[in-house]
Amino acid sequence: MADKEYFASGHRGCAGCGMASAVRTILNAAGPNTIVANATGCLEVMTTGYPESAWEVPWIHAAFENAAAVASGVEAGLKARGRREGVNLFAFAGDGGTFDIGIQALSGMLERGHKICYVCYDNEAYMNTGIQRSASTPFGASTTTSPAGSVIPGKTQRKKPIAAIVAAHDIPYTATANIAYPLDLEKKVKKALSVDGPSFIQVMCPCVPGWGIPSEKSMEIARLAIETGVFILWDLEGADFKNIKITKLPPKPRKPVLDYLKVQSRFKHLVDKPDLIEKIQKEVDEKCKMYGID
Amino acid sequence: MVKEVIKGNFATAVAAKLARAEVIPAYPITPSTLFPEQISEFVNNGEMKCEYIPVESEHSAMSACIGAAACGVRTCTATSSQGLALMHEMLFIASGMRLPIVMPVANRALSAPINIWGDHSDTMAERDVGWLHFYAQTNQECIDLTLVAFKVSENKKVLLPSMIGLDAFVLTHTMEPVDVPEQDKVDAFLPKYESPYCWLDPARPMTIGSFATPEYYMEFKLAEEMAMERSSAVIDEVFEDFEKRFGRKYQKVVGYKTEDADVIMVMIGSMFGTAKAAVDNLRKKGIKAGLVKMTVYRPFPTKELYALVKSAKVVAIVERAYSYGHGGPLFADVSGAFYNMEKKPMMLNYIIGLGGRDIVPKDFETIYDKVKPSMETGKARMRVEWINVNEEAVKEAEGL
Ligand SMILES: Cc1ncc(C[n+]2csc(CCOP(=O)(O)OP(=O)(O)O)c2C)c(N)n1
Ligand SMILES: [Mg+2]
Repeated sequence: MADKEYFASGHRGCAGCGMASAVRTILNAAGPNTIVANATGCLEVMTTGYPESAWEVPWIHAAFENAAAVASGVEAGLKARGRREGVNLFAFAGDGGTFDIGIQALSGMLERGHKICYVCYDNEAYMNTGIQRSASTPFGASTTTSPAGSVIPGKTQRKKPIAAIVAAHDIPYTATANIAYPLDLEKKVKKALSVDGPSFIQVMCPCVPGWGIPSEKSMEIARLAIETGVFILWDLEGADFKNIKITKLPPKPRKPVLDYLKVQSRFKHLVDKPDLIEKIQKEVDEKCKMYGID
Repeated sequence: MVKEVIKGNFATAVAAKLARAEVIPAYPITPSTLFPEQISEFVNNGEMKCEYIPVESEHSAMSACIGAAACGVRTCTATSSQGLALMHEMLFIASGMRLPIVMPVANRALSAPINIWGDHSDTMAERDVGWLHFYAQTNQECIDLTLVAFKVSENKKVLLPSMIGLDAFVLTHTMEPVDVPEQDKVDAFLPKYESPYCWLDPARPMTIGSFATPEYYMEFKLAEEMAMERSSAVIDEVFEDFEKRFGRKYQKVVGYKTEDADVIMVMIGSMFGTAKAAVDNLRKKGIKAGLVKMTVYRPFPTKELYALVKSAKVVAIVERAYSYGHGGPLFADVSGAFYNMEKKPMMLNYIIGLGGRDIVPKDFETIYDKVKPSMETGKARMRVEWINVNEEAVKEAEGL
């Protein structure tokens, strides 16, 4: 634990907010010489209600889709006055701000090679605006724009493999992380900040209202995502996927996906649909095989 | 001073270089493309020390400007038409955060139909975004007004971004002789930018761009308007300072033969030069016509404009933009600004030169012919008229 906290308590996040825990771990790992460019979303709204702020480091928010571009400008601004050295520069954005509307700015930032650590706090939907589906929302999840209807049972598309897409840009460092593994996250943040160029960390962050989970269960459910193989913890330097490192293996045998699905109300309509559960299980099995976990 | 024969776009790039802009994120679009090309050439040849960011879109160009300007450094970009429209969202944010970004805009029509030629639809659609608006008439003004814009925007009483309009092709791509100011004189006029706030400095953490509830929002916006109002006097000061140092006089509005004029045509941009020839012709025929050019459009120079046109019988607003379902935006602004004046001239609106249609001296004589019956009867016949359109082709465009 750090001696000083850089993400103050008293913000307006829900009890059990996964993202708040992720941000706290990340900022504490980075320390005082840090600047954050934040996209619009829950994180920005819950931490900066004027005239208060939960940020003990310099922080800027401009819009939803451009955290990567704003951070690119900050980097240039710092460089222009010889202030870049020793500063940890982050872009923080949700899954909506990363997978969907922000992917262009992100790709541009990666291609141009800015030394920025881009953190996607992934709560698998647009939570700030009331739980709409994003490209990160997993198959079958019920959201307000992919509702579990009598004909269509929730989201019909799968989650976009954002970290793999980012890694394909051949940047120095890409990682996935999960709030239930804070030491792993901390290590990845330090690594990301040490490389010379862009880095990217996708942190899985359960959302209490969005996932329909009890507030005291967010850590447990985040862990279940790893133990079932639904979410895989890995990191990679460069773009050669042969060098991928799985940083946390699920137990053998992996827990069944149903264990993960049945504790979240966004999936509750699936519990009595064995064919869909089987489909999800099969896809997770295939993914685990692809990543060499099984 | 060095006399050079240069294009308007080049003039704006030279101005950015003379101003020692420290960060320039930019994205190409006709007819503004020469700007990012020229800046990257300056940088790659070591003629200019600046962080040039070859962004992947105009939205990101303005976003990166915001990030850089929030570090307290001099920041600049350029764009046109679709590119400016793509920035729209970020323009409000640049002004709302009180960042003195400067942006030359090559004035070009907006799609559809796609058209790369000149009119003022792009900047006119951005008149409510909290930026100062300057318009150049010549390539000399492109350079001078860009330098002036930095000085005004960065003034502590202002801290608002500025855009400088330059007409597509007529200025952007046309070679004109220009006095290029010397670097040391520009350095004295525009010293290194020292931001009054310690923005994005880890030594003094600050939260920028926070979330403001209805309880706070309006005060931020009124503060912005007060800065806009203060900028009016600052512009005058800077124009005066500029004249002392460089010998060229600027005014927010410029009149031509207005003193005794019955009809005054008010306009923006390069057509002022063309219209002068028409006024000279009309004067030869004994017609008392005059002109006004608006160099500054935001803050709106009501007082200065009114002083020039108040005695005319008719003010004809001749403009290269349109607000569909209403009329020209400049016309709406001028009429609104004069509404409570005790004595006000009749105001008529003429739309001209959209999408790069040629504007020739004769067009202003046509406008005079259209104004004449209204002036003689004292009754406005048609509030808005489009000049130089082919009625048959309009029917075809409508599919009739
Ligand atoms: C251009 C634009 N479109 C839409 C919105 C509305 N909006 C604000 S936040 C948000 C969703 C954010 O989702 P995500 O990035 O996943 O972050 P979260 O709220 O889940 O933390 C949306 C749709 C906006 N602010 N700007
Ligand atoms: Mg989200």
